[in-house]
This record gives sequence, structure tokens and C-alpha cells, in this order.
Amino acid sequence: MSNFFEKSDISRSEAENVVSQTLQKCDDGELYLENSKSESILLDDNKIKNSSYNSDLGFGFRAISGEVVAYSHSNEISKNSLKQSSENLKSTLKSVKGTYNHEIPKSNKKYYDNINPIEQKNLNEKIKILNDVNNYLRSKDDKVKQVTANFLGEQKSIEIIRSGGETLSDVRPLVRFNVSVMLEENGRKETGVYGVGGRQSYDTYLKDDNWKSVCDEALRIASVNLESKPAPAGEMKVVLGPGWPAILIHEAVGHGLEGDFNRKKTSAFHNLMGQKVASEGVTIVDDGTIDNRRGSLTIDDEGTPTEKTVLIENGILKNFMQDRLNARLMKTRSTGSGRRENYRHIVLPRMRNTMMLSGKHTQEEMIKAVDKGIFAVSFGGGQVDITSGKFVFNCTEAYEIVNGKIGSPIKGATLIGDGPSILKEVSMVGNDMMMDPGIGTCGKAGQGVPVGVAQPSILINKMTVGGTKL
Amino acid sequence: MVKDQEYLEKKASYCLGLAKKLGATDTSVIVKNSVSETVNFRNKKLDESNRSDNLGISITTYIGKKKSSISSSNLLNDNLNILIEKCVETTKNTPEDEFNSLPDRDLLAKEVKDLNLYDDTHIENGQKIDYLKKLEAVASNNKKIVNTESSFTQNKSNFVLANSEGFCDGYKTSSFTASSVTVAKDEKSMERDYEYTSKCFVKDLDDADELGKLAANQTIRKLSPKKIGSEKIPIIFDKRIAKGILSTFASAISSSAISRGTSFLKDKVNQKIFHDKINVYDKPDMLKGLGSRNFDSEGVKTDTLKLVDQGILKHYLIDTYNGKKLNLKSNGRCGGTSNLYFDNGNINFKDLLNSSSKCLYITETIGHGSNIVTGDYSVGATGFLIENGEFKHPINEITIAGNFKDMFQNITLANDLEFKYATNSPTMLIEGMVVAGK
Repeated sequence: MSNFFEKSDISRSEAENVVSQTLQKCDDGELYLENSKSESILLDDNKIKNSSYNSDLGFGFRAISGEVVAYSHSNEISKNSLKQSSENLKSTLKSVKGTYNHEIPKSNKKYYDNINPIEQKNLNEKIKILNDVNNYLRSKDDKVKQVTANFLGEQKSIEIIRSGGETLSDVRPLVRFNVSVMLEENGRKETGVYGVGGRQSYDTYLKDDNWKSVCDEALRIASVNLESKPAPAGEMKVVLGPGWPAILIHEAVGHGLEGDFNRKKTSAFHNLMGQKVASEGVTIVDDGTIDNRRGSLTIDDEGTPTEKTVLIENGILKNFMQDRLNARLMKTRSTGSGRRENYRHIVLPRMRNTMMLSGKHTQEEMIKAVDKGIFAVSFGGGQVDITSGKFVFNCTEAYEIVNGKIGSPIKGATLIGDGPSILKEVSMVGNDMMMDPGIGTCGKAGQGVPVGVAQPSILINKMTVGGTKL
Repeated sequence: MVKDQEYLEKKASYCLGLAKKLGATDTSVIVKNSVSETVNFRNKKLDESNRSDNLGISITTYIGKKKSSISSSNLLNDNLNILIEKCVETTKNTPEDEFNSLPDRDLLAKEVKDLNLYDDTHIENGQKIDYLKKLEAVASNNKKIVNTESSFTQNKSNFVLANSEGFCDGYKTSSFTASSVTVAKDEKSMERDYEYTSKCFVKDLDDADELGKLAANQTIRKLSPKKIGSEKIPIIFDKRIAKGILSTFASAISSSAISRGTSFLKDKVNQKIFHDKINVYDKPDMLKGLGSRNFDSEGVKTDTLKLVDQGILKHYLIDTYNGKKLNLKSNGRCGGTSNLYFDNGNINFKDLLNSSSKCLYITETIGHGSNIVTGDYSVGATGFLIENGEFKHPINEITIAGNFKDMFQNITLANDLEFKYATNSPTMLIEGMVVAGK
């Protein structure tokens, strides 16, 4: 754990006093301290292009009165800068008369170990694997014209000091290993990307030459795309594969169920609580408690232990995801979903690992049920317009389905749908739920946080496929 | 207050000295400080205030052709000592790359012109609040507007870039930004839209009421959208979307994409890639320009480039490393373009709308559907159906798709260029794209 006051001219107890004084008449708030160390080692174009290390230290001081949030952050943990922040907060909240909410649920459960993944593997070993990846892929297929591979590792220590001196802390490891490969044949170029990661050591994901299977998957996707033909344009049936395609769930309904948009009534879901928003058999949860997953957290960035929150149960909308501010204003409780990218940003309700649970159908049944449509296996990323509910995601591996059979691969295309209605179009839920490989980052209001997704195969009756073939 | 030049230079020279002592043969350092203050309003009331003070340093050390870098927000010498030692140690253990080096000395910027990028005016939170009150009063005037959010940000930055070749320079910049996001509702739909203004000098900002009025009107006209059928149809891109197409062009001609062979524009210099009426400039020395700069992030001087001349690609965007790899000189584009724009076409906005009997006018796209390896483009879109030059009705839940190679050849530009962002385009018409809808 970091000792944030060791090299500072302000002691912990003095800092606690500043926090208590500043937040005296506020409804909520805290001093959030963060120390993160991260590395990036990148191989590209046959060379180690980049080996970099970042160490980031800072605090964010927040005071809340009613609906108003005052926030101030700085890199210097010192008497002077804490005092300046405190004054800044007080000047925004001129006439406060709130009651500080001291309630913070406690839990002893931890969902990852206190490790520093950067230190657990030395630089030479990392460089060796990257070179092995490069050689392996280039010797495996002479169509390989470009290979990029990288290690991203991080250890983030946080501490939350609340009014009255309550202190909560967490140490969060996070790693990711990515491979991208470009093939060229007859002047045509296509890429394939794959990666793995989570909150454990690099070796957990790469041992026993497991990096080879990451390479194989990237190469397989690129090879499929080299054979792809233009995607169709228009409304049709879509079968989604299990795992990573669950970014559909993340974009289509996840963001729309975050507390802030619903308190502000700007989400297409704000007036649908308790109503049917999905087909029977569709259950969606957001779970921060799965061991070592990328989106898991022992406590959120306000100190609340995370949980498994049921969002949609058998088609019925049950809960929104809440941080402390939105929970208080909506007269409910925090679901441990208060997150921020780092100390530079305010807390917002965010997703953790968003998952659609298994049903009873097989993927085979779904494919058979489609006369004309597409089978989408892998995706790049997605985006949603919260207010209109329209969302998109981009296929990176997809096939056409003709008369119940999987046909040729099709070029990357964007799929677009309507969040509040898409889940009513789900006509089969598969029995093959799978987690994603641990690579997702979700963006909201300029803040990126690591998240996970999971789903079984699903059949959607109607979606618009954004190809070029009419 | 943002830290002064003297403080930043002192930190930079400390790092250069220490790195040299520890065995680095070359070093470059960037020290930055930015202080920004934001006030947010929601539904005519104060919602959030945010003060952010960001200090940061990044150091790259070279030992011969070996290179490594570190960055940190903790500028205490104690911490810098540990990090620089780590950086030099990592450099020793990183394999050589023959193209690694500082920029050539004769390419470094010699004079730093005052480009009018810094406004010393300080806008107190009280003044920000006055602006936002005025803005939101206008934005929420129409009953159909059910939610308004707006913000005003003042940002002041300072930086110093120094390297062991003796380069050491930097300057202050400022920006003032106001935005308005509104949500409108009717029986059938709920829609959101926005308007935005950002300038180096606060007196150049758009009026609050003008901003609020535009945001509200742009949102209300999106209500009750319809989905249309799938077809091939001319598409007009609003300026705020057209600039995105120019950004994609810029990433496809970056020397890193070219040297890696991962761009559809590789080997296209001196070839015709756009319609012959198209000219593209990147002009770093615009006074008060949002993308203006005296030198790039390696200290290399930046001259104006005519990237595309009558449809012909003339330059890549070159940095030192990829330049050496491609056997080309850096043209000061490490870190990307400056003030990038399509020059005006010779048809006015109205005539552009009238140029075909039926077309789509796109005001927003969503998704990351630009692939610079293949040139394929497919994104979700929102906009309006235009018939005989008239806005018929709003449309949504469609996608638009094509390939940049074809799209670039089929661009017609209006003559309504303005410098609202760092990258700018006049209104743009592209023929031959496919819309997927019903």
C-alpha cells in the first residue's frame, strides 16, 4: 500500500482535519488519493518500438451539497495545495446545509491479490516473448506483412479519506497482452486483433506458450477477413456469438441503465423501471465480484464494496447502476458502481462486468432458424446515443447466413439498433455463456475505465446491417 | 496560476543533466503544466465546478540507438531521480533500433513567433455562471426542451520542450470553451444535440444566447425521426462531421501508418487521390489558431504544407523516426497536424443542397467505423432527408458506408469554410455511398 503522506509536508491527521472541516455541512464527499505505476512495451514492425514507464500521483477532493458537486484535483500532495483545493470547494458551495452521510457498507472480500504485475516479470522476458510472437507469426504464414504486440501493465493504489477520518483503500493490478497482425495477398490487406488480460500476473495469461494461441486467434481472424466479400445492407436476422459480442449488451442497454442518465431523465430507459424491456428468458447482471476479471473491483472509487447487480430479470427492468450521489438523489442505495478513470476525474456510475446469462438454446438451432442474415463472431467497438437509444457496434469477424447455413465471411460493417427495443427482438438465448478475453475499455464523458462483458449466443430477429451490398 | 517558464526550464535542465550523468547519450524532456477551471450548469442551476491542476513530465533517453521513456506527474527531485535511473537502466536493456534518434539539428525551430495563442484574462467562476445563466435561459425557452446542460471552461497551459542538442523552448497557450447540450421530447421521441464554441481569446467566443438558441433549435428539429429504406444516395456531411473525414485522411498519411504499410494511401504521393477541385492545407502559423504551433513535439520547425494540390497527394505527415525509416526529412508533424483544412469549393451551401433532387444531410455519426488499412467506412448516422433543396424530415437508425478510395474521388465542397476547430471542412457532398435502413 502507498503511504501518501510519507514525503509530504502534511501529516495524515492534518489531512483528515482538512477533509472533516471542508465537508462539515456537505451531504457527501471525500479526499481520493491515487498512486499508479504503469508500463507499456511495444513491438511493431520487427522492432521494440517503445518501452515506457509512467508513475502518476495525485489527489481529487470532492464536496457535494444537494445536487451540486465541487471538485478540485492536483498532483502535489501538500499543505498548500490541499488548502487551495479546500477553499476552491468552499467557494463553489457557498451556503451549504447538508447532513454528511457516513454510511459506507463494509466487506472483507477481495477479488484480486495485492501484486505489482510490472515487477513480476522482467523486461528481458517481456522483450523475448514479443520477439517470439513476431517470429512465430511471420514464419507461420508468409502473407503476414505486419505484426504488433504489446504488454500493458499497471498497479494502482487508492485511498479514500472521508469526513470523520474513515479510510478505505485498495490496490488494483491490471494487465493486458495484445497481438495485431496484418496480412496481404494480391494487393489486398486485412488485419486481425486479439488480446487477453485481467487482474493477475502476465504469466497467468501467457504461461505454457499460451501467447501462441493469442497469435493463432489474431491470424485466424485476419485470414477470414482476407476472404471476405462486401457486407449486405439493410434489416435482417443476426446471430451473435458468445463472449465479446456482449458489447451489444453494454452499448444497447448498459449505458442507458446508469443512474445519472436516469436521474436526469435523459436516458431512453428512465420511465421503464418494472416494465418489460426484453424478451422472456433474458437476464442481465452487472457484476463487480468475479475473481480477477478486468471489470472487477473490491471497492468502487467511493469505497463502496462492489456487488452483483441484477439489471434485467427475465425481461423485466429491475435496477439501475448507482454511485453514492445518484443513489441519494433517487432515494436508493449505491450498487458499488461509482468509478473514475483516475484522480483527475469525478466519479460517475459505470459498468463493471456486464453479462447476459445463459438460456437453453444451442447456437446450431439459431443458425438453422435464419433464412437470410448474418452471424457476427467478433467486434471492434461500439457507441450509443443514450437519449435516442440508438447504438452501433462494428463487426470484425462476421459471416452471411443463407438458408440456415453459415456462408462466406463478410467485410467489417457497422450494425445499428434501438436499445430499448432490441432486447425484445431476442428470440433465442444460447446455453453457451462465455466471458470476453479481458480487453475492454469503456468510455464515458471523456473517462476510460476497464470493463468486462459476457453473453451466450443470441438470435436477434431484426437489426440493420450497414454494409455496401444492396 | 500556471507555472512559469523558469520553473519548467529548471526541471527540464535538471533532468537533462541527470540523464547525461547516468549514461544517456541523448535525452529529450517535455514539462507541462495546465490549469483548467470548469463550471457546469444543468436545468438553469449550478451542477458542478471543477478545478484541475495538471503537472507532467516525460523524458526519453537514448544510449546510442537504444531508447526508452518515462513519464510522471510527480516532479519532486526525489521521484525524478528514481525514474531517470529506471529509464536509463531500461534503455540499456532495450534492443537497438537504427532509426532511433533526436531530430537533426538543422531542422529544429530557430525562432518562436508570437502566434497570439495566450489570453491572460482570468474569467472568475461568477462570470462563467453569468454566461451559463444567459445561455440556459435561451436554450430552455421552448417547451419541447426537457433538459439542458452547459459548461464553461477556462484552460491555461504552459510547456517547455528541451533536448540534449541544446533546444529549449516553450510558450503559454489558453483556451476558453463553452458548450450547450439540450434534450428535446415529443410524444414519439427524445433527442439530444449540442453546440459548442472554443477560442484562444475569451472575447472571440460566441454569444451565450446565440449558442443556446442554436443548440435548442438543432435538437428540436431532430424530433420524430423516421427510418428510411436501404439505397445508394448522395450524402451531404454537415461541417462538424465532414472534418472527421479529413481527420481520417490525416491518420492515413501519417508517416507511421505509411512506414508500417498499414494505410490505404501508402505509395500514393504524387498520385491523384481526390477529385481535382480538392485542396488540403495544414497551416501551423495561423494567428489565434486552435491548432497553431511554432514547432512539433520533437522541436522540429513546422511550415505550412499544401498536402493535397488539385486532388494530388503531395506530402505525408512526417516525424523524425518514421522519416528516417522512409528516407524522408521530418516536416514537423510529430504529434499530427496543426490547423488542417479543406480549402473552399466554388458552390454555395444552398446550391449544394439543390445539386440532386433527393439526398441525406448527416449531422451526427456514431461508431468507430473507419478502417485506414482497407479504407472501408461504415458508421451509424443521424440527419435529415433533403428533397429539392428542402429539409423534409429527420432520420435515424441508419448506417452509411463506402470506401474512402471512392469517397475521396466523389467529394464536392461548398464555400462555407470557417475555423471553428483545429481541423475544419466546408460542408461536403459525397456521391455513391450506400445507406442501410429498413
